[in-house]
Amino acid sequence: MARGIGLEAPLSKMANSNAHGEESPYFAGWKAYNENPYDPKENPTGVIQMGLAENQVSFDLLENYLEEHPEAYNWGSGPSSFRENALFQDYHGLQTFRKAMASFMEKIRSGRAKFDPDRIVLTAGATATNELLTFILADPGDALLVPTPYYPGFDRDLRWRTGVSIIPIPCHSSNSFQLTLQSLETAFANAEALNLKVKALLITNPSNPLGISSPRSLLEDILNFINTKKIHLISDEIYSGSVFSSNDFVSVAEIVEDRIHINSKQVHIVYSLSKDLGLPGFRVGALYSYNDKVVKTARRMSSFSRVSSQTQKMLSFMLSDEEFTLKYIKTNRKRLKERHSRIVDELRNSGIDCLKGNAGLFCWVNLGEFLEQKSTEGELKLWKVIVDEVKLNISPGSSCHCSEAGWFRVCFANMSQETLEVALRRLREFAEKIRATKKIS
Amino acid sequence: MSKDFGSEAPLSKIAVSKAHGEDSPYFAGWKAYEENPYDAVDNPNGVIQMGLAENQLSFDLLEEYLEQHPEASSWGSGMSSFRENALFQDYHGLQTFREAMASFMEKIRGGRSKFDPNRIVLTAGATAANELLTFILADPGDALLVPTPYYPGFLRDLQWRTGVTIFPVHCHSSNGFQLTLASLESAYADAKASNFNVKGLLITNPCNPLGTAASLSLLQDIILFISDKNIHLISDEIYFGCAFSSTNLFSISDLDQIHIVYSLSKDLGLPGFRVGALYSYNDRVVKTARRMSSFSLVSSQTQKLLAFMLSDEEFTVNYIKKNRERLRERYELVVEGLKEAGIECLKGEAGLFCWVNMEELMDDKTQEGELRLWKVIVDELKLNISPGSSCCCSEPGWFRICFANMSRETLEVALRRLKDFAHKKTKNIYLC
Repeated sequence: MARGIGLEAPLSKMANSNAHGEESPYFAGWKAYNENPYDPKENPTGVIQMGLAENQVSFDLLENYLEEHPEAYNWGSGPSSFRENALFQDYHGLQTFRKAMASFMEKIRSGRAKFDPDRIVLTAGATATNELLTFILADPGDALLVPTPYYPGFDRDLRWRTGVSIIPIPCHSSNSFQLTLQSLETAFANAEALNLKVKALLITNPSNPLGISSPRSLLEDILNFINTKKIHLISDEIYSGSVFSSNDFVSVAEIVEDRIHINSKQVHIVYSLSKDLGLPGFRVGALYSYNDKVVKTARRMSSFSRVSSQTQKMLSFMLSDEEFTLKYIKTNRKRLKERHSRIVDELRNSGIDCLKGNAGLFCWVNLGEFLEQKSTEGELKLWKVIVDEVKLNISPGSSCHCSEAGWFRVCFANMSQETLEVALRRLREFAEKIRATKKIS
Repeated sequence: MSKDFGSEAPLSKIAVSKAHGEDSPYFAGWKAYEENPYDAVDNPNGVIQMGLAENQLSFDLLEEYLEQHPEASSWGSGMSSFRENALFQDYHGLQTFREAMASFMEKIRGGRSKFDPNRIVLTAGATAANELLTFILADPGDALLVPTPYYPGFLRDLQWRTGVTIFPVHCHSSNGFQLTLASLESAYADAKASNFNVKGLLITNPCNPLGTAASLSLLQDIILFISDKNIHLISDEIYFGCAFSSTNLFSISDLDQIHIVYSLSKDLGLPGFRVGALYSYNDRVVKTARRMSSFSLVSSQTQKLLAFMLSDEEFTVNYIKKNRERLRERYELVVEGLKEAGIECLKGEAGLFCWVNMEELMDDKTQEGELRLWKVIVDELKLNISPGSSCCCSEPGWFRICFANMSRETLEVALRRLKDFAHKKTKNIYLC
């Protein structure tokens, strides 16, 4: 249908680059699932998706709320009318919604931190927030320090259109993959030696893919570090509502305002409703910054990725309901903890080791014993077998830039309990088969 | 309360640059309105907002539809579809929504063009689509040709984060501000001479702020031009459904180098819902844009509602027709009112605004003179209209006046204020 005319007008370097990151096994595994998705009735031998960190355990709570409160999504008159809502395109976002977000973030932290609604900038998802912050804090050619293993999407979000590079800070199983001040100092010094300008450190707390939250002492070390080096800190806290025990989670927000020797203008928090509320389709992300200029610039830049006012209205309603949100946060935590315990127990029964996690929608699992060789190639070979033969889409650690081969991220909250049991059984059978084969050979 | 830390971790060049464009009078005028907004009852001496191209004329049709079809906004009993909808984050977008968008785009072109739903990439607004296309078609340091006068937001959308430069193709009142092949060739040559690598041409059709549409022969010239220079064409057609002229408007036809930008912010009057789209005949552009749209996806809740509404044939055909009629009525009202004020305006065919010539009311015919007149109009007449210089117009004295973002009564108040001012001015001229 399209008529080419000889030579084709070229696309940009950005368009031609692979920095979108979609060639990664992380995304390739999703394809395998999409082509042959498990269904208990229609396709019981299909691929079970364990590579997508979605939270499906608490939808009933949201659905019940909406059934009881149709005003949340219906169109009333006056300020809640369709016209008012459809016209509202102010990049500050609905005041009521920002207040509701601030309140929700406070509740997740059990009131240990306060959030000023005027410092919240709304964006169409944490994907947009992370990219936007990178545009604001770093120039093309600059670098961000990011501890490994990290969320594969960062390769795209932090680098693709920004021209900024990621300097990985390798973390190791020897100390449970904890980030240390020592490794921060080393990575920073290495960057300087290579003439790379580090502009910020990005941590994910709780961590994806590790499923652990940062201890207070580490956060103190980090704040001192960024203060001394005069670099920014981005704390991606999108999984904060999934910490199984509320007292386990410490946010930088709790520490930064008390430490007057720390320049809070260098601290920025990323949030989203995709994980804690399980609403990735609605595209609701946020940036919270203690830096006025960053807030102002981010707000302007959010013009490229704003939240639908229809969605702001509905969620503002829901999240302003004190009783509902407290109940949701508590119940959601409890259910995630139950799922997590179940999977950890089953893995243990299968003789499979996993990192002791306290948060998240996934486990960080050690399948090292099943590798033919302890290398990235060996890991990817095992991954192929697990996707193609065991029919489980789990994510290989190499796609998360893990420095040690054999670790995999296994999601547990994006399926029914029954499906999870099927997946765990397949994994156990696989483990037994390999061990039996090894015994014979 | 805040300690002095001496130097602090710096922000990026993008962050400190002024390329966000918000210091323009275009945005400053909005502030004047926000601080003192007109209200027929509570603040009759307030500022009337005529600088915001919103379409408020056809909400009743949308509201009536939604009242008759509550299923569009809700998730029904059992609510099982809430889960499906809330989880849906596939950057392809809802199939039903893309089909509905393609159908709507065909209808507003009277069925003269066909759109393949699989070539539609959804983005959170045309703002996102224009920036995304710029990232895909040009490298930092490259240039895009853009005819003047143009929408002030392009400064931000095409330049701010991309590092690409807008190279203006100046248009003149001598031929009704029409773009010509000669001016394209001349601008292209100038760009090359200034060492710019031109990667594309962006036209807005129908044009903001002019309210005019490209003729068929111009579009044909443009196709020859971009093929000859081997550059891309972006045709921003977000006002296509706001065409009120009695003759048909033309849309660009297919070529690998042609990309159309669309949005529901103007035609449907839904700027808050953030629904934009990119339509490209180039497979690689579609694929890359889809990946890049991860940064600006449309809320699935909103996709669902609009898929419902725009799949309704009867509703959309009726909406398009009535919307056009109402825009035409408004346009004629404004032209009449301006004529009574002795103010000339460019003959428009589409859009939510008029492009008017206020040269006669200026003390001196320069850009400073224009901004002085603008200040008087905002501060004393209390009308926020947009000065042509904020649209990079090459001739001082032209202003964009929006007419679809207020009630008829408010528009009449605004026209009366203009008429009184114009008559006073001419009276003064006769007196001196």
